[in-house]
Amino acid sequence: MTNWIEIGSINAIPRRGARCVNTPAGKIAVFRTQEDQIFALENRCPHRDGPLSEGIVHGGSVTCPLHNWVFDMATGKALGADVGAVRTYAIDVVDGRIFIAADTMAVAAE
Amino acid sequence: MTEKLVIIGNGMAPGRMLEHLFETAPGKFDVTIFNAEPRVNYDRIMLSPVLSGEKSFDDIVIHGDAWYIKHGVTLYKAVRVARIDRDAKTITSETGIVEAYDRLVIATGSLPFMPPIEGNTLAGVLSYRDLDDVNAMMLAAKARGHAVVIGGGLLGLEAAAGLALQGMSVTVLHNAPTLMNRQLDPAAGYLLERTLVERGISVICNADTRQIMGDSHVTGVRLADGSEIAADIVIMAVGIRPNAALARDAGLAVNRGIVVDAQMRTSDPFIYALGECVEVAGSCFGLVAPLYDMANVLAAQLAEEATLGFVEQATATRLKVTGVNLYSVGDFGEGDDRDEIVLRDAQAGIYKRLILKNDRIIGAVLYGETSDGPWFFDLLKRVVDTREMRDTLIFGQAYQGGSPLDPMAAVAALPDEAEICGCNGVCKGKITGAITGKGLTTLDDVRAHTKASASCGSCTGLVEQLLHATLGDAYNPAAVLPMCPCTELGHDDVRRLIIAKSLKSIPEVMQELEWKTSCGCAKCRPTLNYYLVADWPGEYEDDGQSRFINERVHANIQKDGTYSVVPRMWGGMTNPKELRAIADVADKFHIPAVKVTGGQRIDLLGVRKEDLPAVWADLNAAGMVSGAAYAKGLRTVKTCVGSDWCRFGTQDSTGFGIRLEKFMWGAWTPAKLKLAVSGCPRNCAEATCKDIGVICVDSGYDIHFAGAAGLEIKGTELLCHADSEDEALEIIVALTQLYREQGRYLERIYKWAKRVGTPSILANVVTDLDKRRAYYERFVYAQSFAQIDPWEERVNGKDAHEFAAMAEFGMPVAAE
Repeated sequence: MTNWIEIGSINAIPRRGARCVNTPAGKIAVFRTQEDQIFALENRCPHRDGPLSEGIVHGGSVTCPLHNWVFDMATGKALGADVGAVRTYAIDVVDGRIFIAADTMAVAAE
Repeated sequence: MTEKLVIIGNGMAPGRMLEHLFETAPGKFDVTIFNAEPRVNYDRIMLSPVLSGEKSFDDIVIHGDAWYIKHGVTLYKAVRVARIDRDAKTITSETGIVEAYDRLVIATGSLPFMPPIEGNTLAGVLSYRDLDDVNAMMLAAKARGHAVVIGGGLLGLEAAAGLALQGMSVTVLHNAPTLMNRQLDPAAGYLLERTLVERGISVICNADTRQIMGDSHVTGVRLADGSEIAADIVIMAVGIRPNAALARDAGLAVNRGIVVDAQMRTSDPFIYALGECVEVAGSCFGLVAPLYDMANVLAAQLAEEATLGFVEQATATRLKVTGVNLYSVGDFGEGDDRDEIVLRDAQAGIYKRLILKNDRIIGAVLYGETSDGPWFFDLLKRVVDTREMRDTLIFGQAYQGGSPLDPMAAVAALPDEAEICGCNGVCKGKITGAITGKGLTTLDDVRAHTKASASCGSCTGLVEQLLHATLGDAYNPAAVLPMCPCTELGHDDVRRLIIAKSLKSIPEVMQELEWKTSCGCAKCRPTLNYYLVADWPGEYEDDGQSRFINERVHANIQKDGTYSVVPRMWGGMTNPKELRAIADVADKFHIPAVKVTGGQRIDLLGVRKEDLPAVWADLNAAGMVSGAAYAKGLRTVKTCVGSDWCRFGTQDSTGFGIRLEKFMWGAWTPAKLKLAVSGCPRNCAEATCKDIGVICVDSGYDIHFAGAAGLEIKGTELLCHADSEDEALEIIVALTQLYREQGRYLERIYKWAKRVGTPSILANVVTDLDKRRAYYERFVYAQSFAQIDPWEERVNGKDAHEFAAMAEFGMPVAAE
């Protein structure tokens, strides 16, 4: 059974923006779209380790601030001509509160 | 197993060879390139348009830095190779780098031939081979003055035309009776001379240059008949010689060039050579088409694929001087076994001559009207019997088969094998195949996929006709380049509509202008945000989420995710209190690096994001504000010490610089904006390579603008002279506001100026005082909303979410 851990309210994240969750294994970037969808990705671009949480969020995508790779936040896959993927984490939102799956965090900690 | 491939030279031939190699044998080689020039691979054929000002260096780059990174190529820039050790299979650079190779490619190109005449080493004697030569010529042209070009061949004439366009008075000295005598017959050479003379270029044929005069710098040229021509620069363009010294020193077989066989192999089985440095079957080459053929052969050789080897083929010549149409191919000497057809139209300046042997075309010279060149060339290559069409042959393809065809039908009628792009050897079938097969719709698409028209560009018209013939009305060459894939509109249309329709927010723009995406992209959002900030001061609310990270958090992101912090130092002046505060901040926050910037201030590097507000608080407390070192906005105003201290200073350059910076800080501009004020023409503040620069003189202030000293290097243009500091300030501010209103996002001031033209800028901010005043006042109004220190705002809690994690989960206890 999935064990969910609360990380905060969706209002803590600006629309078309992101915040980070610090874990022992590194940072997880949590994004909020204009339509209040929430996504969680590893905060590290597979290209040159750019912090994706600092990128511009547009629709369901985020553009890495270092070299403009664009990722589909739902799948973690790079869009356009670039090939690569960033790890995604399962998220649940209940009454405006965001939960992240504890076991994915455990995997992250490995 | 990966083999180590080392290439000496980074010109067009090895660049093309690598493109093929990465396509056919990816991963086979680990590639290292040594480039004596301090830059990436660029299109040397296009240096002439750079010299004439029609293109910039950016436009002619073939492989940007990203290409080398993508293919894992190690590129040493500005590193010359000193020797090759064939026994150890290593090369050694002049800087001491030793690199081992499994295979070595020598592509050292050619050197300009310097005729052994007295004075050929004086300052001001230039050659015309690379970008450095072009930059040197452009710099010399700034002073106007006289240029003498020695050599009336392709290169010399392109240099002459470019320098004339840059405002120099130019004389061409040619040692034969007519210009370009190796590619043109005397009649066409005469027409060419007439065209150049009409453009104000002096031409002296049969000129025998005996001496270049001058003590340390060139002052003139003396000819054998005793006549003298004044000159501030002399361009040597009499020919090139293969650069084979390195190969010769290594004991490889060398005649005129490095001797290679048809497979590009030198006398050492592990060493290959290609390009202008080689000699194949007794010939050396200087035009791009045979060099690209060599690149194909060598790529196949390295990939261990079968290849027929290099065979010398006829190459067509064009002169890249705007407005001069000239085409020549093949053999045009006279002879008993030859026959010719000539068409002349003196009024229109047209001359066409075909040389035939046994009813087959063996040469063609076209002047004034050259569109049939590729067709004649095709007939020549296919050795077509022309008896049937002899009566109409000279009129060109349009007149074959009865009624004249329009140009489009003529292109449509070309066989698939007809060569369209001579530089890259691209035939019609390959282009039309790519257009239909890959759904290409623009010239750039075709260039990217087929390379056609991607080198010298003279076949651009043909490629466009092919696009039109293949796509019909779906091809719309006049279409403006869309701002980004979210819209069909270009920058200027978007901006015009923002004002015309009073659009005052990003969602409004996207809705009214029918954006194709719901939320834009990383390209259009910052662009729209800038346009709205600049066009609706006080009304539009800046959208932080549409700004790049640096402008959102007011610091520069570094490659490791930390930030750099640069406080303002007005006009580059500081004091013990500020320096002490900076030192204390560096200690307190364990900031790992402190550096003096090129803009006369201090950079604190490696600040953790969460420390930023506290760092700013301490700097604020010492009276310092954000230096906006991250902004598409006013950066620095560099100054010298001026009349306060300097014995040469004519005005208070420091005081004026500080006044400008205090007046203009906080302003957002399309791209970064750097200023400088020098107190005298010695120009210690380097004002003549800035976006806007002021040179103080006894009588007031010379205002310069549109310089660049980054990717591109460009001296400024003189805008005007101002008698007083107040007048200079008003002009500079008005100029900045005009740029704010007209510049496209990310377009530096020199690119904007080139696009709109200096006359329109002068008309708005110099000659018409009412307009100048209006621009000035609009800037002042906008500043009333812009001059708020963003650091202080954030110290006081704005955007606090940016600087703290959303949640923390504890670190595991170490080693338990």
